[in-house]
Amino acid sequence: MNRRFEGTERYVATDDLMMAVNAAVTLARPLLVKGEPGTGKTQLAEEVAAALGKPLHRWHIKSTTKAQHGLYEYDAVSRLRDSQLGEEKVHDIRNYIVKGRLWQAFESDEQSVLLIDEIDKADIEFPNDLLLELDRMEFYVHETREFIKARQRPIVVITSNNEKELPDAFLRRCFFHFIRFPDPDTMMRIVAVHYPELKRELLSEALNAFYRLRDVPGLKKKPSTSELLDWLKLLLAEDVPPEALRTDDPRKSLPPLYGALLKNEQDVHLFEQLIFLQRRQQSRS
Amino acid sequence: MLTRFFFALREAGIPVSLTEHLTLLEALEARVASGSVDDFYWLARAAMVKDEKHFDRFDRAFAAHFNGIENALAGLGREIPADWLRKLIEREFTDEEKARIEAMGGLEQLLKTLEERLNEQRGRHEGGNKWIGTGGTSPFGHGGFNPEGIRIGGQGGQRRAVKVWERRDYRNLDDTVQLGTRNIKVALRKLRRFAREGAAEEFDLDDTISSTARNAGLLDLKFVPERHNAVKVLLFLDVGGSMEPHVRVCEELFSAARSEFKHLRYYYFHNFVYESVWQDGRRRHAERTPTLEILRTYPPDYRVIFVGDASMSPYEIMQPGGSIEHWNDEAGAVWMSRITQRFQRHVWLNPEPEDRWEYTASIGIARQLVAERMFPLTIDGLDRAIRALKA
Repeated sequence: MNRRFEGTERYVATDDLMMAVNAAVTLARPLLVKGEPGTGKTQLAEEVAAALGKPLHRWHIKSTTKAQHGLYEYDAVSRLRDSQLGEEKVHDIRNYIVKGRLWQAFESDEQSVLLIDEIDKADIEFPNDLLLELDRMEFYVHETREFIKARQRPIVVITSNNEKELPDAFLRRCFFHFIRFPDPDTMMRIVAVHYPELKRELLSEALNAFYRLRDVPGLKKKPSTSELLDWLKLLLAEDVPPEALRTDDPRKSLPPLYGALLKNEQDVHLFEQLIFLQRRQQSRS
Repeated sequence: MLTRFFFALREAGIPVSLTEHLTLLEALEARVASGSVDDFYWLARAAMVKDEKHFDRFDRAFAAHFNGIENALAGLGREIPADWLRKLIEREFTDEEKARIEAMGGLEQLLKTLEERLNEQRGRHEGGNKWIGTGGTSPFGHGGFNPEGIRIGGQGGQRRAVKVWERRDYRNLDDTVQLGTRNIKVALRKLRRFAREGAAEEFDLDDTISSTARNAGLLDLKFVPERHNAVKVLLFLDVGGSMEPHVRVCEELFSAARSEFKHLRYYYFHNFVYESVWQDGRRRHAERTPTLEILRTYPPDYRVIFVGDASMSPYEIMQPGGSIEHWNDEAGAVWMSRITQRFQRHVWLNPEPEDRWEYTASIGIARQLVAERMFPLTIDGLDRAIRALKA
C-alpha cells in the first residue's frame, strides 16, 4: 500500500486535492490538474514525488510536441550519416531509437512520477494519441518490433491551462482536480510555509492589500499565489513596514512594489484611476 | 444507490460514462475515501467530473440526491430536542417575535412550515446558499433563528453550517458565463483548425529524409498538402446606443479575432446594416463603405459574423426609412438578405442573454434573417457559432 499524500513542508494541500491525488495514486490512473496560472499545478507533481519518495520524470509540452516524442524517436538522419560513413553500428536499428519520457518512466525499476506539463499547449489530437499508452501503460516499437510494458504503473500528473479542450475519451480515463484560488485562510498557511519568519502584522496587511487588488473588477490578469509570494519576498527584502500597506492612506496610490503583482500596464492604469476616483469621493464628503 | 446517483448526474447534464462510474466504485472498494461524507464528495467529484464548468451542476445534483441521507443523519426538526429549541427561542427572540410564533400555531407548526419551506426552496435552489431570509416577511429571517443551524446544528452534531457542495463556489465557472479574450481566442482557434486543409502539394523535408533512410539511402521524395490558412472572416459590429453595456465583451471578441485570423475584414454599423457601413468610428460620416461594394469585393467563401444585440424597433429592420440615423431607401432586411445570400456561412452573435431573446421582437426577426443562426456571446454560444460556420 502506498503512503498517502498529505502535502509537504513546502506545499499546502487542501483536503480535496489530497483526495484526488490519493485516488489517482491508489488506482494508478492519471490525474488531470487544472487551475489559474500560478496556483502550483506543476509544483504539485514535484511535491507528490518528494512526499512519496519517488523519482520524477518531467515532460514539458510545447505546441510542436507530438505524442510519439514521449514514447521514442527514430533518429533517421544519424543513421543515414553513419551509413555513409560506414559505421558498424548502423546495422542495429536499436542504436538510433531515442527513448522518450514515457518510456523512461515505464522502464524505471521503482514506481515513478511522470509529469506531463501543459498538455493543452500541444495539438488538439495530442491527448488522443496517448490514450492507449496512458490507459494500458504499454506501447509497441515498430522499428525493433519490441513491446514495451510498464514495470510499475507510474503516477501520471497532467496539467492544463485550459487553452484547448481535452477529448472526452481522454478525460474519462483521468481523475480530475481543479485547483481553486486559495481562500485567505489557506493563503495564510501557504505563506507561512514559505516565509515562516514573516511578521503577522505585515502578513495580514499584505494579504488584505492582495485580496483587495484581486477584487478590483476588470483586471486583465489577476495576481496569483506565485505573484503574492514574489511580492512578499520583495517586501521582506526592502523591509517595508506594515503601515505602508494600508491603502486607506489617501497619499499613497498603489501598494509599494506593485510591479510584482500587476503585470499589465492597462491594469496599473485602471487601478490608478480607481484610486483617483475614490480619493475624489473622499475629499468631497 | 450509487447507480441512482449516476443517473441523477446524467440527468443534471454532466457527461458521466460507465468508465467513470466504475472508477468511482473501484476507488471506494480500494478505500480511498474514509467514512465521511466530505471525503466521498471529493472523491466522487474527482472521479466523475472532468471539467470545472460542471462543478456547480455536480454540487447541485449531489445536494439534491444526498438530501435524504443528510436528513437521516442530521434529522430535520424531529431529532432536535424541542426543549433546546424553546430555550434558544427564549434567548434569541423578542416578546413580539414570540407572539408571532404563537400566532403561526406554535413551535410545532413553525417547525413544520420550516421543513416544508426548506424542501421547497432546496428543490428550486435559486440564488446562493441563503435558502431562507426573504426580508421581514418570513418568520425564518429573524436574527438568531438560523434555519440552517436548526437543520444540522442540533447539539454536539455536525457544526458546519453550510456544506462544501452547498457553498456553490464554482457557480461562475458554468459555461454560460461571459468570456475573456483568452477564452474567445481558444474558441476561435477551433475555426483555425479546419483552415489548414488544402489540396496543394509541397515538399516535405522531414518525411523525405526519414523515408530515404528507411529506404537504405535511396532517395524517396515525400509531399504533403500545403498548409494554408484559408479562413477568411468578415466581421460586422454594432456600435453605440444599446450596445454600450456590451462594449467590453465586443472589444475582447474583436481583439481575439484580430490575432486569430489573418484574413479579417471588419465593419461597423448602428443597430442594423443598411446600404453602407464604416470602418473608422471617428470618420463614420465622411468615409463610409457601400454595402454593395462589400458584396462585390469579397468572394463568397468569406465567413460573416454579425455582432449586435439586435434590440431595436422592428421598423428599423422591416421598413424603408426605418433607420434612426438617416433615410434608407431599402429596408435593413433587404440588405441583410443580400449579405446572407452572398455569404452562405454566416452567424449572428448576440451579447444579450439567450433566455431574454424571445421578449424582443426585433431579435426574433433578426434570427429569421440569419436562418436561426444566432448565438449568445458566451463560451458555449461561440462554440456553437463556430460549428455553424464550419458546416
